[in-house]
Amino acid sequence: MNHAIITVNDLNLWYGQSQALKHITMEIPEKSITALIGPSGCGKSTFLKTLNRMNDLIPTVKITGEVRYGGENIFESEVNALRKEVGMVFQKPNPFPMSIYDNIAYGPRTHGIKSKAKLDEIVERSLRDAAIWDEVKDRLKKNAIGLSGGQQQRLCIARALAVEPKVLLMDEPTSALDPISTSRIEELAMELKEKYTIVIVTHNMQQAVRISDFTAFFLLGELVEFGETEEMFSQPKDQRTEDYITGRFG
Amino acid sequence: MKHKTKSLEHIIHGIFLILGLITVGCVLLISVYLILSGLPAILEVGIADFLFGSSWEPSAAEPEYGILPFILTSIYGTAGAIIIGVPIGFLTAVYLAKMAPKKVKAVIQQAVSMLAGIPSVVYGLVGMIVLVPGIRKLFGIPDGSGLLAAIIVLAIMILPSIIKMSVTALEAVPKEFEDASLALGATPEETYFRVSVPAAKSGIAASVVLGVGRAIGEAMAVMMVAGNVPNMPDSIFQSVRFLTTAVASEMAYSVPGSLHRNALFSIALVLFLFIMLINATLNFFLKGDRTK
Ligand SMILES: Nc1ncnc2c1ncn2[C@@H]1O[C@H](COP(=O)(O)OP(=O)(O)O)[C@@H](O)[C@H]1O
Ligand SMILES: [Mg+2]
Repeated sequence: MNHAIITVNDLNLWYGQSQALKHITMEIPEKSITALIGPSGCGKSTFLKTLNRMNDLIPTVKITGEVRYGGENIFESEVNALRKEVGMVFQKPNPFPMSIYDNIAYGPRTHGIKSKAKLDEIVERSLRDAAIWDEVKDRLKKNAIGLSGGQQQRLCIARALAVEPKVLLMDEPTSALDPISTSRIEELAMELKEKYTIVIVTHNMQQAVRISDFTAFFLLGELVEFGETEEMFSQPKDQRTEDYITGRFG
Repeated sequence: MKHKTKSLEHIIHGIFLILGLITVGCVLLISVYLILSGLPAILEVGIADFLFGSSWEPSAAEPEYGILPFILTSIYGTAGAIIIGVPIGFLTAVYLAKMAPKKVKAVIQQAVSMLAGIPSVVYGLVGMIVLVPGIRKLFGIPDGSGLLAAIIVLAIMILPSIIKMSVTALEAVPKEFEDASLALGATPEETYFRVSVPAAKSGIAASVVLGVGRAIGEAMAVMMVAGNVPNMPDSIFQSVRFLTTAVASEMAYSVPGSLHRNALFSIALVLFLFIMLINATLNFFLKGDRTK
């Protein structure tokens, strides 16, 4: 198991009175794919959004415990710097209503890069890394809204890569896509783990098996089991995990 | 029975159609009437002399009918109101739509609605009593009424249209765009100005055009604070007369059928054309939003 890039220690989260995450403790290994699985409403998205503090935007949220990234407690560090390091791809592709080029250049520009040559280079590298360069290189100035759903999602991945994150959080990135686009994103994720740490929420267990190195099984806000994907799916330690992966509930 | 309801439906449909056609009829009637009554004077004076003549003296021994002072005053007055009103309105809209705490937002929006409901004669009155003496004292000039006073009054009057329409446009921006920006490490303020505002740009542009329409069509308030003398607007303190107020203030004492009376109709026609142009621009922006 690789060295842990994110360490979660006794994390609890409440939406108002109702507790959505309970005593979560886990380590996310660097340069690998960690899948978060579990039935709908068990807290996968909530946990993912805690890692880049997108939950901060919801006023009723209360959090206790610790999430360490690079040795620092993320709740005490500067939020914009954290989000630059820990990028996010959303469930529904959400490119900005601007050109493909401007979509990718948005992040770098935000972080102060002005040189046209540098931006050109970042745009090309990010689009290549997200395996969409060949499809869009002739229409970088066209509006990103005109792309297909699968292309939009890869564009969103490229946009996230453009700020050179270390970690990429993906919340069911293929749930809105057709099977072909889905497998392209899966392949892409497996290539990206050479350079990035990926945490992916999926409700599709085959997907978890296909692409992830580690799997975390959530149930009712609790982390039931966490371990190597192969091991968890062949010899689950907890009865509830076994019930879930064999389809007995959820 | 079935037959009966069918014919009833037809009758009801017909009534609504007629009601709708009343509006169309009014627009047509006004357009035709304005063109018919506006053209004779323009033809008699000569279109160039009418539009670009800089002197308006209908009761002189040798009357002159140049409306350039009115046209320029309306354009400068509107432009000035836009220059002052748009930045204030736009920033207020961004604040209300994106940043303001709920309670503050409710109070400000209530105030904006009230501002929209104040009759223009009241704007004129307050302008006369507060603004005009204020300008006179502040700049040490003999008379505070003039172009500047009119610009300020108009700027305030167009605020509600700009704010309301821009807030609506900004609130319609999908939250996903903003989330994507925040997740890239942009601050909320960067997000509002670099993602939300561009995404709402047609609505915001339309709000500005609406403001232009409101400003150029306003008569009562500017009549009360602009000095109402047909001078060329060559200084912001100049006493001036707008297209609207030119028609309003002379109609009562022009002789029916005279060239003077007809020239007033021609001014109304010019104003009407300006408004048509503004409406076309507005439609352009709103349509741009829908096809997106
Ligand atoms: N913004 C919110 N406000 C209140 N409750 C929420 C909010 N988002 C999620 N929840 C609740 O938290 C629990 C976990 O939700 P979520 O993390 O979205 O689950 P999952 O992604 O596993 O389907 C659910 O019970 C859900 O209703
Ligand atoms: Mg979810």
